[in-house]
Amino acid sequence: MSKNESKGRELLFSILKYNPRDPESKPAFVEYRLTETPGMTLFIALNKIRDSLDADLSFDFVCRAGICGSCGMVINGKPLLACRTLTADYADGKIQIMPMPAFELIKDLSVNTGKWMEAMSKRVESWIHSNEVHDITKLEEPIDPDVADETFELDRCIECGLCVTSCGTALMRPNFVGPAGLNRVARFQMDPHDKRTDADFYELVGDDDGIFGCMSLLACEDHCPKHLPLQEKIAYMRRKLVAQR
Amino acid sequence: MKITYCDALVIGGGLAGLRAAVATQKRGLNTIVLSLVPVKRSHSAAAQGGMQASLGNAKMSQGDNEDVHFMDTVKGSDWGCDQDVARMFVNTAPKAIRELSNWGVPWTRVRKGPHEAVINAERTTIVEDDEAHGLITSRDFGGTKKWRTCYTADATGHTMLFGVANEAMKQEVDIRDRKEVLSLIHEDNVCHGAVVRDLITGELEGYVAKGTLIATGGYGRLYQTTTNAVICEGTGQAAALETGVATLGNMEAVQFHPTPIVPSGILLTEGCRGDGGVLRDVDGYRFMPDYEPEKKDLASRDVVSRRMMEHIRNGKGVPSDFGDHLWLDISILGREHIEKNLRDVQEIAQQFNGIDPADEGAAGWLPVRPAQHYSMGGIRTKPTGESQKLSGLFSCGEAACWDMHGFNRLGGNSVSETVVSGMIVGNYFAHYCEDHEMTISTKAVHDAILKQEHYIEEILSRTEGEDIFPIKKRMQKIMDDNVGIFRNGDSLQSAVDELQELLVRSKKAIVKSKTKAGNPELEEAYRVPRMLKLALCVAYGGLLRTESRGAHYREDYLKRDDANWLKRTLTAWPDDTATLPEVSYEELDIMKMEIPPAFRGYGAKGMTIENPLSQKRQEEVDAVREKLEAEGKDRYEIQAALMDYALPLNYKEKNERLGVGYE
Repeated sequence: MSKNESKGRELLFSILKYNPRDPESKPAFVEYRLTETPGMTLFIALNKIRDSLDADLSFDFVCRAGICGSCGMVINGKPLLACRTLTADYADGKIQIMPMPAFELIKDLSVNTGKWMEAMSKRVESWIHSNEVHDITKLEEPIDPDVADETFELDRCIECGLCVTSCGTALMRPNFVGPAGLNRVARFQMDPHDKRTDADFYELVGDDDGIFGCMSLLACEDHCPKHLPLQEKIAYMRRKLVAQR
Repeated sequence: MKITYCDALVIGGGLAGLRAAVATQKRGLNTIVLSLVPVKRSHSAAAQGGMQASLGNAKMSQGDNEDVHFMDTVKGSDWGCDQDVARMFVNTAPKAIRELSNWGVPWTRVRKGPHEAVINAERTTIVEDDEAHGLITSRDFGGTKKWRTCYTADATGHTMLFGVANEAMKQEVDIRDRKEVLSLIHEDNVCHGAVVRDLITGELEGYVAKGTLIATGGYGRLYQTTTNAVICEGTGQAAALETGVATLGNMEAVQFHPTPIVPSGILLTEGCRGDGGVLRDVDGYRFMPDYEPEKKDLASRDVVSRRMMEHIRNGKGVPSDFGDHLWLDISILGREHIEKNLRDVQEIAQQFNGIDPADEGAAGWLPVRPAQHYSMGGIRTKPTGESQKLSGLFSCGEAACWDMHGFNRLGGNSVSETVVSGMIVGNYFAHYCEDHEMTISTKAVHDAILKQEHYIEEILSRTEGEDIFPIKKRMQKIMDDNVGIFRNGDSLQSAVDELQELLVRSKKAIVKSKTKAGNPELEEAYRVPRMLKLALCVAYGGLLRTESRGAHYREDYLKRDDANWLKRTLTAWPDDTATLPEVSYEELDIMKMEIPPAFRGYGAKGMTIENPLSQKRQEEVDAVREKLEAEGKDRYEIQAALMDYALPLNYKEKNERLGVGYE
């Protein structure tokens, strides 16, 4: 059956609302009822709630296509991208939505993943390190096609934060660089343009807030919407960096 | 009142804005980037299929160069573009992609030896040269003579955006997200910065700068069905328009992409067809070769979109709950190819429609129908990116109309334009910031902030009126129905009439929650009237333009009219209480064109009202070319004789290519 054929049911949403900037506000679940429409996603449903039931409800979407990583939420207990979550997948029509933990709450379902990811990116120095000077009028440097593909594979992270929300270490240690951060290190370690050595990476993440903080629970990989090989890459980086101790 | 000072203020943190910010920051200018969202979430990330740059590395792109890319771009624009700008672009694009490679964008590379490809629905073997191994490869896209579109699978915008954002971070550009520009600060036709609202705290701040650059992308969300992200509401163009000084160019030039998936409107890249996918109708029949025997499924986007709608009108659409659609078949490319090169497409189809496009036969076909995709129009600028009317205001990327795309943009040329214009305009912008001082008084800044503060308070104080959401929805519906792929005088007139009425109503809409922070309805209440002004520029510009050119297709004026309409529409909004923009026109000078207007190569000949100057200029061009060729001049010398142009830094230098060096 096509997923677009579900329709007509009444859905019951239970959404955690809270505005930390308003001293009067207390965290509470608010219920909304909506009629399901064919192919309904949580992007469509939440906008419908805002348009017709509660104009004050805050949440974040940008691309609504699973590409930009804006809309991570905890949906019936699981961290998911809301934009590509279909209401049809909930057989009893009951959908509870909470903001992702581990990030600063802005309001209701809106959390500041951008701030977290910026700090992570600065910490792992998420950019090419090289002293080479390139003349851009000349042919580019050839790169082994397989290496380019493998670098691309790790470059697919969309910084949605689902891995961080899923991560036991991240919830216990606020300074943990997170699966996204460790993947980023692996990405630059793979990239031949980046001249950093393993010793350089060890300097950045060779501690318990970095590569040695991972408890290998692997919920990160289970929830990664881009199916990044987090388990394999974290283990690989740990083997690389343990040799630097 | 909070006022922040900087040398260069960049509004918009997508590819164009970030690349321009890198340009100014690298020259030692203190640069601030403001963005509605964390910059890596910008709509640039949604560009899938690739970036055009005439590298000529892969077998099917050999022989490509700036001249071929230029010809494709001009033809694609239906002669609406500024040919100087198109030249600036094609010469810089190869440099842009090589720079991005150095910044870590993992471009897909040429693999030596044989590989399979699907061309015109036939499996073909292509053998790549040994010397090309490891260089950047490219795929086919619509409206191009060579395979010129460089890519990282179908996540090209994503990897480019991360590459440029990472570089901006490395250069220590001050990036501030969740900030929205409400108005530009200007005095005596000079721009001095912006009044900005913090989307978390609701606080208003002034940003004062030597120069201001807008790179906020397009205005796709004026339409109901669009591939654009929800943030593409034209806030940047609206801020420029509301100065009453700056003008917008060709706002009626709106592109409709052939293959957004139904019903979500999410884009499926042109790379689907570039890699060999085909369109099919209700009978499973591949219909495009009947309409366009030469380019078939890979004709220019405006052409394919119209042919699809025409085919649906002819009763060949597939009926569904969401209206008639057609099928996109990529299953013929094989699972391996799809899972490597079109995986975001596969993921979108699986997640949103429950279809695996790699499944063989009809089971894998994807429902598609054309929808709004790209804004060719935008803030009208000179080739340097500076507003023609408001000094110190620059714009680049999709937000601008400098005008590289005319009335139709080629696939792969926009994501390329973002970084290329960021490089070029970013440098001209840097020059401006170096040459100018801040001259505005703090009182004028305070007044500008107060004006917005009073406006917000006025909105919150309204107690009786209608909701803002239905007004916005109605605008989007009108734009879809009456200002879409097929346009005519009656429907455009009715759109203009009703949009004017909506504009009046939108200024009285109420906001239920009275809080200044975290109030999404308040944001709609101040954005929608601005969006309506843009919608009016689009609809009214379209109503007045009584010809068909590129994506602007008038059923009551089917011909491209070079005699009367070889000109750019300029809209301004000097009177804030008016309900229509002021419209003027800017002539395109045929006698300065390198390629004078001619047949574009689609449909029947004779669909152009000729301008006598076209032939005159063609004779001139032919004579110059013949003379210089006889004198043994090379293609660069001939080009310079026909239409010389300027570029900053070393961007004018020749680009090296495999096998031919700098020839």
